[in-house]
Amino acid sequence: MTQPLDWKEETPSQTAGPYVHIGCTPIVTGIEGIYAEDLGTALKTGPVQGQEITLRGTVYDGMGTALKDALIEIWQADSAGLYPSPEETRGVADPNFTGWGRSAGDLDTGEFVFETVKPGRVPYIDGRLQAPHITLWIVARGINIGLHTRAYFADEEAANAEDPILTRIEHQSRLPTLLAVPEGDGAYRFDVHLQGPKETVFFDM
Amino acid sequence: MTEPKPAQPGGYVPRNRGWHPAPYYPPYKTSVKRSPQAALLSFPTTLSEETGPVFGHGMLGPKDNDLVHNFAVDGQSAIGPRIVVHGRVMDQAGRPVRGALVEVWQANAGGRYRHKKESYLAPLDPNFGGCGRVITDEDGRYEFRSVQPGPYPWPNGMNDWRPSHIHFSIFGAGFAQRLITQMYFEGDPLIWRCPIIGGISDKAAIETLVAPLDMGATLPMDARAYKFDIVLRGRRQSLFENRPEGM
Repeated sequence: MTQPLDWKEETPSQTAGPYVHIGCTPIVTGIEGIYAEDLGTALKTGPVQGQEITLRGTVYDGMGTALKDALIEIWQADSAGLYPSPEETRGVADPNFTGWGRSAGDLDTGEFVFETVKPGRVPYIDGRLQAPHITLWIVARGINIGLHTRAYFADEEAANAEDPILTRIEHQSRLPTLLAVPEGDGAYRFDVHLQGPKETVFFDM
Repeated sequence: MTEPKPAQPGGYVPRNRGWHPAPYYPPYKTSVKRSPQAALLSFPTTLSEETGPVFGHGMLGPKDNDLVHNFAVDGQSAIGPRIVVHGRVMDQAGRPVRGALVEVWQANAGGRYRHKKESYLAPLDPNFGGCGRVITDEDGRYEFRSVQPGPYPWPNGMNDWRPSHIHFSIFGAGFAQRLITQMYFEGDPLIWRCPIIGGISDKAAIETLVAPLDMGATLPMDARAYKFDIVLRGRRQSLFENRPEGM
């Protein structure tokens, strides 16, 4: 025997189940009067700095069927690459930008839509700049542990080409699964495929 | 002249994925086509994962942590066995996670959710909505009141039942700590028959999701209490920095 380590195991994940929206976006499900608003509905709380964009997409299962019971959250830096967080020590983020969004998706189609800003570049652990990206976290019935991915921008070729993470992906043929594609008027599409030939790259970070 | 710098927390320690449920677990049928098949890509956490949204106590309403009353008509309350659920949110080093937003949702005492896609024949309780939230205090503690949810059948196998459970969504300080889980109740025989829980291979891991009856925290003549502690990912703490000089 040895001394025990003073290090606990993380609480195990469990699926969010089919009714995650009751807990996280109750007003969308018709449960009114408990909270004033669903959290994460608006990332912009006033006039924001930088380029305003729309990020939309759909989450598909391995049969190509759209998920209509998922919860999608995003977390991102502001247009200057600063996070509105106490962990941010490089400056003060845009006070009118929360950085965090949450969507239940359209109840009929499953499509999620975030009105946000294009994030600036954030350093990697060695100080090199990462390409602009938005972190996504996806939970749903049948997903036993939340899925973590990133949306980069297809129109940021130069930054993407020197990104410390994108350049280290072994199967470069999968890199397009991480690119949000411009659709005009500041809109980008980022569809997520949970499995199959177009399976999105998911991260363990 | 430069002051010696205090030790900075390092990155988050990797998840022990063998402790979590397997993403692909055929007895839980929906997982079959919703689980990634390629290996996850592992990278050290960056500022993007080490930061996260902050939620202030000011956003909470007075009944947010009282599911017995937060949807009820004035003077009425939800039907079912009254309970208090309390516990601590901490990181893997045992340090309290302060200001953590904890959101909960559950079925009513009959095992019925208030949701348009729910088809179980048990009735809705007009005084029960099924959601609540709380933010941890300086010691990482949280507490809410509710009624004990009922078990219910669900379409998976021909006769599968979920044990009584409460869903939890937790935000830590960093988005890397984001977690959704479920709390079960001590002594429920359905825990060991559940195809969702069965995706966890280690019995000791399952047991960390089972809240014990906590008679010391009960409200006499009012509500029993259950204790549910939650552990979020921890960060390396070391005086030795493994990042390059000057970073």
